[in-house]
Amino acid sequence: MPERTRLNSLAGDNKLLFKGPEWDFDKLRRVYDAIEDIALKELGLDVYPNQIEVITSEQMLDAYASIGLPLMYRHWSFGKHFAREEALYRHGYQGLAYEIVINSSPCISYIMEENSMAMQTLVIAHAAFGHNHFFKNNFLFRQWTDATGILDYLTFARDYVAHAEETYGADGVERTLDAAHALMSQGVHRYARRPKLNFEEEKKREEDRRRFAEESYDDIWRTAQLVVESASTDKKAAQKELAAIRQKLGLPEENILYFLEKRAPRLKPWQRELVRIARHISQYFYPQKQTRMMNEGCATFCHYEIVNRLHEKGLISDGALLEIMHSHTSVVTQPEYDDQRYSGINPYALGFAMMRDIKRICLDPSAEDREWFPDMAGNGDPYGTLRHAWANFRDESFILQYLSPRVMRDFRLFKIIDDADADAMVVDAIHEERGYREIRRALARSYDLARHEPDIQIRDVDLEGDRCLVLSHAVHDGVLLDETNAHAVLEQLSSLWHYGIRLEEVDAATDRVLKTHEVPAKH
Amino acid sequence: MNIIDRRPNPKGKSLANRQRFIERAKHEVKDAIADALKRRKLGEAEGGEKVSIPTKGITEPVLRSAARGGKREYVVPGNKKFVVGDRIDRPQSGGGGGRGQASPNDNGEQDAFEFMLSKEEFLDLLFEDLELPNLVKTKLKTSETTQLTRAGYSIDGTPANFNIRRTMRNSLARRISLNRPSPSDLEAMERQAKAAEEADDAEGAAQARLDLETARARARRFAYIDPVDVRYNRFERVPKPNTQAVMFCLMDVSGSMTEAMKDLAKRFFLLLHVFLTRRYKTVDLIFIRHTSNAQEVDEETFFHSRETGGTIVSTALDEMLRVVRARYNPENWNIYAAQASDGDNYSEDSDRCSQLLGGEILPISQYFAYIEVGAEATLRHGFPSPPTDLWRTYATIAPQHPNFAMRKVADPSQIYPVFHDLFAKDREHA
Repeated sequence: MPERTRLNSLAGDNKLLFKGPEWDFDKLRRVYDAIEDIALKELGLDVYPNQIEVITSEQMLDAYASIGLPLMYRHWSFGKHFAREEALYRHGYQGLAYEIVINSSPCISYIMEENSMAMQTLVIAHAAFGHNHFFKNNFLFRQWTDATGILDYLTFARDYVAHAEETYGADGVERTLDAAHALMSQGVHRYARRPKLNFEEEKKREEDRRRFAEESYDDIWRTAQLVVESASTDKKAAQKELAAIRQKLGLPEENILYFLEKRAPRLKPWQRELVRIARHISQYFYPQKQTRMMNEGCATFCHYEIVNRLHEKGLISDGALLEIMHSHTSVVTQPEYDDQRYSGINPYALGFAMMRDIKRICLDPSAEDREWFPDMAGNGDPYGTLRHAWANFRDESFILQYLSPRVMRDFRLFKIIDDADADAMVVDAIHEERGYREIRRALARSYDLARHEPDIQIRDVDLEGDRCLVLSHAVHDGVLLDETNAHAVLEQLSSLWHYGIRLEEVDAATDRVLKTHEVPAKH
Repeated sequence: MNIIDRRPNPKGKSLANRQRFIERAKHEVKDAIADALKRRKLGEAEGGEKVSIPTKGITEPVLRSAARGGKREYVVPGNKKFVVGDRIDRPQSGGGGGRGQASPNDNGEQDAFEFMLSKEEFLDLLFEDLELPNLVKTKLKTSETTQLTRAGYSIDGTPANFNIRRTMRNSLARRISLNRPSPSDLEAMERQAKAAEEADDAEGAAQARLDLETARARARRFAYIDPVDVRYNRFERVPKPNTQAVMFCLMDVSGSMTEAMKDLAKRFFLLLHVFLTRRYKTVDLIFIRHTSNAQEVDEETFFHSRETGGTIVSTALDEMLRVVRARYNPENWNIYAAQASDGDNYSEDSDRCSQLLGGEILPISQYFAYIEVGAEATLRHGFPSPPTDLWRTYATIAPQHPNFAMRKVADPSQIYPVFHDLFAKDREHA
């Protein structure tokens, strides 16, 4: 080791991209070019064009407040977040992120002027290449977000909100946005929609149906049916009609904001637009929520590979590498469950560990790996394998597919079951032969948004009566909604719907209604 | 790749959002401020304030699962000793093991939201619906203070005041109206003449040349910038209202005033001082303490040294008048005074007090506030004890003088309400 260090500092002196902690634009450019070379040629990354913006810590706080987006409409809640972050920062409870990266094309990375040159190197490798590659290639982002259009859309949203405030009054706009924000988690399409039928296909279908009816027409059924069913006709017809109306309304519908935007009877056009803006922003963030662990893992893995290669090539000094590794290790620390710092599984730690493990399996598999991952063990192409994983999985499926016994052992994972009916929690599986699959399944499930965000649908609208909107919450394992929150959200919902709201919590297994929340109509 | 330096961009992009937030939580924030004021050290009155407000009204509700109930499973790192089938007691209040997947604020939803108010925000909210009565003297000596103010433009002045924009505007207008050919016009005409020459159109070329010469002559005749175009910024001396005030703090420091009472008085003086500094450019502070005789002292002595002796309030009023005569001509100064006392006075002194106050001090003062501190007994029994000597004396003066107010304060928490009460905007109608 001393030998190499000496060599590095002797031979590398003129090769070094930068010396000392100060950064300037020239150095940034040189480092960027070197990183780009490694990222594209050696790791095979595929990225949007990059735009790197240097900002101050004040501006970083500003960016925090508008949920990381460079433009945002005005709303008091962003001010609240700002006040909170500022208080935490000023009192030293919390440092600022080194960077913020935006899923747009060009991909914008904010780096802070306070960072040292070594940190800037880390940040460029992490954000401008790691995150950027993930944004461009992961199927969820490709399917749901429009990277080229987001900045334009945000500009539109900001201007529209400002315009609405001027025209219709800031109070009304604020109330509408409050309500829309409360429903943002219920404002996403979770599955790609059936493609819209086009007119030709629709017509053809209609003709087919008519021809079939003509060919199989039998007069006798008509009269017979009349006799047999005369008793139940009224009821059935009414039911059929209702079903038809429901279908027309698109019920059941899980995207509450979408439903309100399209169907709420008393919303003004500008309110619909505001609801739509909230819905679009929520949808934009939906892939991020589902891929947080992978996204961070991917970026962390990339910066780790890249800075090590920079060092091997003598492009950065030992000191710079040590500084980078210091912050790298603090990012990927996983405190254990009985540690004071423990607050769930660290997405950076798990993502990074799994991806390094995939690399190991590809290059140097053990017998166990060959048994668990026959298709990739020893295939000699770690980056290709990882690129495939980054492109085609989300957190849940990634864990289900790639979490290896080795990583479970390293993390010493165990699964516990907490049944409110029992008097204590029970350890259900630990990191051993019998438990690996169960732990993997349970961990994957905990990353499934559809499971840990409550499953809520609009089931029905009482069209005949008081237009009460009926929602249902599919309850799994007896986990009900938080009551105060639920009530507050329903109040907000009813301010958009203008009629009463009923939310039934229905046990998914038995269809039994466990609890009902109701908000009466407002006038 | 693009590197952009955004540092020069304006910061404080979230300022508007922050103001909206404070506006929304105003009620809670004001309560919190009044609350914070009670605990505050006096020296900190000018700084910002960390306030903590209840989250009600600023919650952002979302539909989410309850923190408890039902059957849950967690995957947790760091197993050291557990084997399958082990039973673990539920951790108290969600800390420690096993709560991994639950979001951190599931239980313990924060009941208080803490953030920093800047000094400006703090004072704005503190004095929001207060105003100073009789803000400035009605009679002002106009010659005393003047200020240079922009007053349009003039045709002469010093080069330093040269207004290039206005000058160029005049020049442009003149050039257009006099039809002075611009350089590009001249070039175009020259090209035209050349083209005509090349096309062997002798007549056209001659005409074009002639036109060109005329235009050139015209351009020479009318200057690009003529002396009539030139404008200078003009300034005028405008008499400014006198924005200086003097604040007299009068306090009884005789043995009957305890530390707690002095502290109450101090808090009141402090609020008044902060309030005055917001309205006046300069505020002089004069401290006058009295026992059976009065003297002007510095702040430290005023609040901290102890004196013994009887109590003759009129001495303090005399001293105040003396200082006013010597240094603060009522013509030029806005005079405010606040007097704090426990209400003790020699009964023989009462007449003189009311004479001095009603006859001499109030006519020259903008405002005179009297607070009687430490009437604890009053509150303890729930019904008023008989009014003190001084209170009775002042009560006779109060009705004829709108710029005189008196209140009782027994507890630090009452200071701000009393202060608020004294300076509330709709005081007159209350």
